[in-house]
Amino acid sequence: MLNYVWLIPLFPLLGALTNASVGRWLGRRFVAAIACLAVGASLVTASLVFAAMLGFPAMTADGDNGRQWTIHIFTWIATGDLKVEARILLDQVSILMTLVVTSVSALVHVYSAAYMHGDEYYKRYFTWLNLFVFMMLVLVLSDSFLTMYIGWEGVGVCSYLLIGYWFERDAAADAAKKAFLVNRVGDFGFLLAILLIFSKVGSLAFQDVFPAAGALAPAAATAISLLLFLGATAKSAQIPLYIWLPQAMEGPTPVSALIHAATMVTAGVYMVVRCYALFERSGSALQWVAWIGVLTALLGATMAIVEKDLKRILAYSTISQLGYMFLGIGVGTYTMGLFQLTTHAFYKALFFLCAGSVMHALGGETDLFRMGGLRRKLPWTFATCLVAVLSISGVPLFAGFFSKDEIMHLAFVEGNLALGLLALLTAGLSGFYAFRLFFVAFYGKPQTADHGRRTTDRRPWRKDQRTSSIIHRPSSIPSIHESPWLMLVSMIILAAISVASGYVGLPKVLGLGNAIDEFLHPSFAGSARSSLGEGAAWTQWAVIGVSLVETALAITLAWWLYIRNWGMAERWSHSARWLYDLVVHKYYVDRAYDEVIVVPLRRVAEALSSVVEIRGIGGAVNGLGRLAGLAGEALQRIQTGRVRHYALALLAGVVAILLYVVLRSVLG
Amino acid sequence: MVPASSYLVLAAVLFVLGAIGVLIRRNTLVMLMSVELMLAAANLTLVTYSRVLGKLDGQVFALLVMAVAAAEVAVGLAVIVSLVRHRDTTDMDEIDSC
Repeated sequence: MLNYVWLIPLFPLLGALTNASVGRWLGRRFVAAIACLAVGASLVTASLVFAAMLGFPAMTADGDNGRQWTIHIFTWIATGDLKVEARILLDQVSILMTLVVTSVSALVHVYSAAYMHGDEYYKRYFTWLNLFVFMMLVLVLSDSFLTMYIGWEGVGVCSYLLIGYWFERDAAADAAKKAFLVNRVGDFGFLLAILLIFSKVGSLAFQDVFPAAGALAPAAATAISLLLFLGATAKSAQIPLYIWLPQAMEGPTPVSALIHAATMVTAGVYMVVRCYALFERSGSALQWVAWIGVLTALLGATMAIVEKDLKRILAYSTISQLGYMFLGIGVGTYTMGLFQLTTHAFYKALFFLCAGSVMHALGGETDLFRMGGLRRKLPWTFATCLVAVLSISGVPLFAGFFSKDEIMHLAFVEGNLALGLLALLTAGLSGFYAFRLFFVAFYGKPQTADHGRRTTDRRPWRKDQRTSSIIHRPSSIPSIHESPWLMLVSMIILAAISVASGYVGLPKVLGLGNAIDEFLHPSFAGSARSSLGEGAAWTQWAVIGVSLVETALAITLAWWLYIRNWGMAERWSHSARWLYDLVVHKYYVDRAYDEVIVVPLRRVAEALSSVVEIRGIGGAVNGLGRLAGLAGEALQRIQTGRVRHYALALLAGVVAILLYVVLRSVLG
Repeated sequence: MVPASSYLVLAAVLFVLGAIGVLIRRNTLVMLMSVELMLAAANLTLVTYSRVLGKLDGQVFALLVMAVAAAEVAVGLAVIVSLVRHRDTTDMDEIDSC
């Protein structure tokens, strides 16, 4: 079975190619069916490979990782000394990522088939979505930095295409551009890191680079690690490059669920985990990762609290949760970072799909405060959303509880007090923003009637309205309806998986065995950092206790503010105006980027276009043309058309030649 | 015996006169005659050198030039007659400007 691993990325590629080439003659049902089947086939293959993998012992007799294979597919480049192979690295980490990617993708594809129903560019949507899955699988299955970089850029392009999927709307086109440009910064860092690795190690294959990491100078390792991490901060929306993710919500909601919550944004996390040897060699780089992670987690959570747009709340929440993953990696518990990645992929994708279902019901409304009272009208969405909210808040027995508490515990043990306390604080905030969203959307009085509606996810705008995102229509929503069964089925399956995913990583302190840690651990056998479960049991109990109390308080507070005393939150925000302003303006980070980078850059561009372009380059070209014209005018005077002038010229020429001959003979 | 240089100087003077005639006269007939003058000057030079060098090549060539010149005059006069019939003038500049 292991020899068929290459089928996993092949299926989505074939799906994308089929839909791109002959999709237009196939009809909508066929297009969706091909896309779903392609990803489904990948999922089945990945599951079979996983099952086959479990048949091998975790450790070989020599104590090496017994479940790691490099599978050769084809030789890509072979010139002289340089030989680039396209190979698949199959180990515990890559199969985990593959399973997460293919399972979430499969469900999102099925969901999309119903959600995107009636969209103009149905075929294009599924082509890109399949292409994205292919690129993501290339990223996680590649065995060298070069092929990984192809996947890395490929998912970036697909993300760009899908954010700007409704490109007629200016906001979507701008958001796509922003995402792409911000990611370029990170990609540049990644590329520099790759070049640096090649110059230091002389190879880009993981199997050569990581064993050589120990021989690197710590300074070189730090430079490489920080450049790699710069790439990760862009892809995974961490400080300082997180700014593109909230705007990326202009894309269709299933895209947000798949790309901007579950898979692509975790690519940075995966990359850092994969390169743990380099980060460990540097030492200080891991501290950077931990601090950036925890600060991003805090920042994202605070911004999620004041945000009013349904999807953007989820985006900030994603930023915050990704911060947890980096915190986990930064304090050396790679397995728990990946565990958080897995649970988050499922519950956040679920959360987004619920949001999509709500928007579907409300005709594209995303303003949280125009929802309200949806509990009775959308019972299934309500129930699945509750699962997502409970998971994200870290309520016991749900996935977020298991993954986050483990990371917080290790932040205290492996990191330091400040890291742990900030992580604990953020946990409370997560509970608050999740339940704020939940209570405002599903409880209270319906706020849905008689409002102009934002059209983030539908296309009712006409040509003259493209620039404005608000359309005022006199009628209220005809009837709020539950979503089609295809959407509900995918949501329910995803809800089941997100609950189940928590139970593969039970806390050690319960004494039941942490399955995911045991499974992943051999991949990090070379790690110098201590493994899970060190540190006293009482710290873990304390962390669990504090976070539980905190979550309970946060939920109560959300209930008290948004159900019991509706309007109280607004009064509070008035009484702490400066703080509220600070957060609601996103700490003025976007504005700072605008002032420091975008505006000067634009000025330079304007100067270049108005002076250098028009005067300099344009002037030079026009000048050359004018010069030719002037020369023609001057020479035109010779062409009089008078025979005698020509005769004179002829004579003068003859005389000149004679003079030359004579003078030469005279002067010798 | 007149020295060869005198013939050559005469030929040069004749040639220059012919050239000036072609350049500054406007009458087509006079221009044609000036061209003949230049050819005559060239013939004189050829014959002079034939004598100086004691070879007959130059004289043969002079005869050839005379034949060509005669033909050229025949054609040139025919063109001028035709021009006069069409334009009613022999002035070169007027013919040119039409």
